[in-house]
Amino acid sequence: MSIRHSLLALLSEGPKYGFQLRQEFESSTGEVWPLNVGQVYTTLQRLERDGLAQSDDVEEDERQKNYRITEKGSEELSHWLRTPPDLSEPPRDELVIKVLVASRLTNVNVYDVIQVHRRYIVQLMQQWTHLKEDESRFDLAFALAVDAELFRLDAVVSWLDSADGRLHRAELEPAPQDHVALPSIRRRTGAHR
Amino acid sequence: MSMLELRQVSKSYGQGANEVDAISDIDLIVERGSLVAIMGPSGSGKSTLLTIAGSLEEPTTGDVMIDGTRLSGMSRNDKARLRRRTVGYVFQDFNLLAGLTAVENVSLPLELDGVSQRKARAKGMAALEGLGLAERALNFPDQLSGGERQRVAIARAVVGERSLLLADEPSGALDSVNGEAVMRMILAACHGGVAAVVVTHDAKLASWADRVVFLRDGKAVDETLPPPSPEELLNPDVTNPA
Repeated sequence: MSIRHSLLALLSEGPKYGFQLRQEFESSTGEVWPLNVGQVYTTLQRLERDGLAQSDDVEEDERQKNYRITEKGSEELSHWLRTPPDLSEPPRDELVIKVLVASRLTNVNVYDVIQVHRRYIVQLMQQWTHLKEDESRFDLAFALAVDAELFRLDAVVSWLDSADGRLHRAELEPAPQDHVALPSIRRRTGAHR
Repeated sequence: MSMLELRQVSKSYGQGANEVDAISDIDLIVERGSLVAIMGPSGSGKSTLLTIAGSLEEPTTGDVMIDGTRLSGMSRNDKARLRRRTVGYVFQDFNLLAGLTAVENVSLPLELDGVSQRKARAKGMAALEGLGLAERALNFPDQLSGGERQRVAIARAVVGERSLLLADEPSGALDSVNGEAVMRMILAACHGGVAAVVVTHDAKLASWADRVVFLRDGKAVDETLPPPSPEELLNPDVTNPA
């Protein structure tokens, strides 16, 4: 979550004070990501240092300063919006590691392990869905942010389901004995961002 | 009182060495006004459970009670009447009759139950209005979008005094926004006092339910805990087992 670029986006609408930026940031992200006002002032100082935002006010007190975006800031914002985040490297996912470890241990039922995680994630999804059920008709940003979380969690459940099915199939059709494990392949996808 | 109750319900197909248990020893209680989702992989017995709950199939052993009435003691005719009056079904492929308009599709179950055509139509219109489809009432299914067809199917499932809604993958091939709309409608029916059971492999749909039951190899292996209190939501550590 880039606070820096989100603040630049808000400043691109016109000059603003720190307190105002914090309020607008929270409402534009459906209040899913709370932000403290200290983070806002620190970020504004860095934006100013880097020439991306500017304040014409000379007050020492950050609360009194009105910031606006610079031309360099607008260019930076436009570039950031169009640059896909780096998704080419698989994240070191703790849940994946737990299931991989459980699948190797003979004294652990891997399906029970999978179900514990599946239930927990579905419960989390129920909480998000119930929040969305109440709020989303009135708050589009909130619905979008909650959808992102639901899709992320849904992908985890889908992976657990697929792992469950794959492990089952492997039990029914064990790999041939003469199968030689390939040396581990490290591959980085080469798509240009 | 519970609207649907399954006690130690099992269903097996085939005989002797070829006997296969589709579901075994299922206990399930669904209260009025609540929405229960059944999740599980293909072949886990989800659809069998639903057809038995709706009295479309007999269990091999165990009891099914709908609105306090035990199905096993009922005649075929009584069961058929109970199905028409109390139970509404929503299927993946909507199952609308192509030769009937939306409102005729919705009012058909009432007419089959002996309600006059005029009354049935009025109730059908009311159900369609409730789902925002009044202006599409005279359209035929092939003149409706996928989302609209599914809304008609839901209107048909809740028309009249029906109080148990059974849905098998109710969002079918709809996109996620339309799928969500379907779940909102089912939930609205529940808020009106209907008990609903939704069978799905989609966790996003299941997350609309008050309770999710997980099926595996025909057995109910687990279910979600009751929703957390507001205090727990504010303090996520309470619900996080990690």
